[in-house]
Amino acid sequence: MHPAFSVIFLTTLIGVGQGLFLALFTAQSYAGFGLLHEQSSGFYALGSLLSLAFLGAGLVASFFHLGRPERAWRSATQWRTSWLSREVIVLPAFMGTVALYGLFHWLGWRPVLLTLPTGLPVDPTAILGVAGTVLAFALFVCTGMIYACLRFLREWHTPLTVINYTLFGGASGFTLAAGYAAVAGSDLAGFFAGWAMILTGLALVGRVASLIRNARLKPKSSLQSAIGVKHPKIVQKTQGSMGGSFNTREFFHGKSKTFLRAVKWLFLVCVFPVPLLLLAAGFTDGAGLPLLVAFGVQYLGLIAERWFFFAQANHPQNLYYQSIA
Amino acid sequence: MTQLALVIDLNVCVGCHACVTNCKEWNTSGPAGPMVDQNPYGKDPTGTFFNRVQTFEVGEFPNTETVHFPKSCLHCEDPPCVPVCPTGASYKRKEDGIVLVDYDKCIGCKYCSWACPYGVREFDEQQKVMKKCTLCVDRIYDPKMTEEERRPACVRACPTSARLFGDIHDPESEVSHAIREAGGYQLMAEWGTNPANHYLPRRKTKLRIRVDEIERADNPLKIDSQLPKPDTGAPALDDVTSW
Repeated sequence: MHPAFSVIFLTTLIGVGQGLFLALFTAQSYAGFGLLHEQSSGFYALGSLLSLAFLGAGLVASFFHLGRPERAWRSATQWRTSWLSREVIVLPAFMGTVALYGLFHWLGWRPVLLTLPTGLPVDPTAILGVAGTVLAFALFVCTGMIYACLRFLREWHTPLTVINYTLFGGASGFTLAAGYAAVAGSDLAGFFAGWAMILTGLALVGRVASLIRNARLKPKSSLQSAIGVKHPKIVQKTQGSMGGSFNTREFFHGKSKTFLRAVKWLFLVCVFPVPLLLLAAGFTDGAGLPLLVAFGVQYLGLIAERWFFFAQANHPQNLYYQSIA
Repeated sequence: MTQLALVIDLNVCVGCHACVTNCKEWNTSGPAGPMVDQNPYGKDPTGTFFNRVQTFEVGEFPNTETVHFPKSCLHCEDPPCVPVCPTGASYKRKEDGIVLVDYDKCIGCKYCSWACPYGVREFDEQQKVMKKCTLCVDRIYDPKMTEEERRPACVRACPTSARLFGDIHDPESEVSHAIREAGGYQLMAEWGTNPANHYLPRRKTKLRIRVDEIERADNPLKIDSQLPKPDTGAPALDDVTSW
């Protein structure tokens, strides 16, 4: 497939936003159970704002993918069948929840609404946090399923796609949360960095698993089944156009195998070992700079990762477009 | 249930591109808006087409065969492009099984083209919406046209009658007969999309005859052909005929 930067930015940016929100609410939950210090309301509010900024940037990026962005509202109608439609509904719902979560924290609006049998007080931010968490995971599933549901694109048609989108979003979000906490002078930098390292490690396992799986894939369709001629040797001579077509532009990445391999190693280095080392450095002393650099490197790596994710997918329609003449 | 479809006979397609040209002419002049080309006379001409003829060479020199292969939307009975559409612009008509795009609802996200294994949907770079073969839905029901004219433009243009049009769910239709009797097949059947359009394979008529079928089995010694020929009065091999 031809990697579109609009979609690359959409999926990576909202992943960061989702992960950052999950990090914030994880910290609040820990504090609720008395496992961590309670943070200032400003910390959650500003963190929610940061998460919203990433989600909003992703949403803006997605519009650049559309031929007719002014009709984008129509895309919320087919949620019964289309994962893309579901994402279009869940993303704004999640953004709204994050906005309310940040607002309630900022206003300090935390009256105890009810007390759980265990004696745990429940306030509006906790309810919004749980709702946001559910929506964040729903959004990961929607985003991943947009690709995983296409059975012809076998590189994507695996549960690993959804798992990896979730883990990458979580890892980058927690890494950013660690950097944010360090800059904000919170004592949570180490806590977030620890989780970021765990999530980055899990993402490494998931992505390597998908790389191994994809390397072993055998194509289901062949030129023989594509045109229905049983002969081992078939060569395309013309494809019905002289200067290319939508089919030659949208479904081919147009780069060499060497370039593809270079991007693969670039993301394997930038997403996993480098941030892990920087996170480990920040984990011990809570210094802001290595944690922020960790996020920067990991995010750049994720752009390469997503580029590779698209480029690696080999669409069966390419069988019909093997030679221009 | 009606399922309109094309049946394309690869045995007679000569690759003349008349179907492509007529398709483009009819559909670019229609009420749905033009199918615009970019750089039509420049270095890299490109544009939107509903139908393309591709050419494949089968075999190795000197034993090669050229196969011309027209390809347009197959109007799958289980179209994978329809459920993924987020706006409902892509739909399959219940009454005749034609898969269509509502150009006024399409947001141009191109997701349907990713979901089609055949690469028959093309994004219009000017109208910024996804386009595809309509089976000339604006022709085939037009009461102002004669029965003969109420067929897709590509079918009308084909000089070798390689393209048949009809209802594949009607067992007595011309297309159903063709599929049944001439070995009609679907493209990439392995994906379970159940394309409505079928293709008829290349066929060669060969006379399969054994050597013993050339000789008269009851004349093993070839007595009848011995020279000099027996007298006309002499008894013949079967005691009936005589020279």
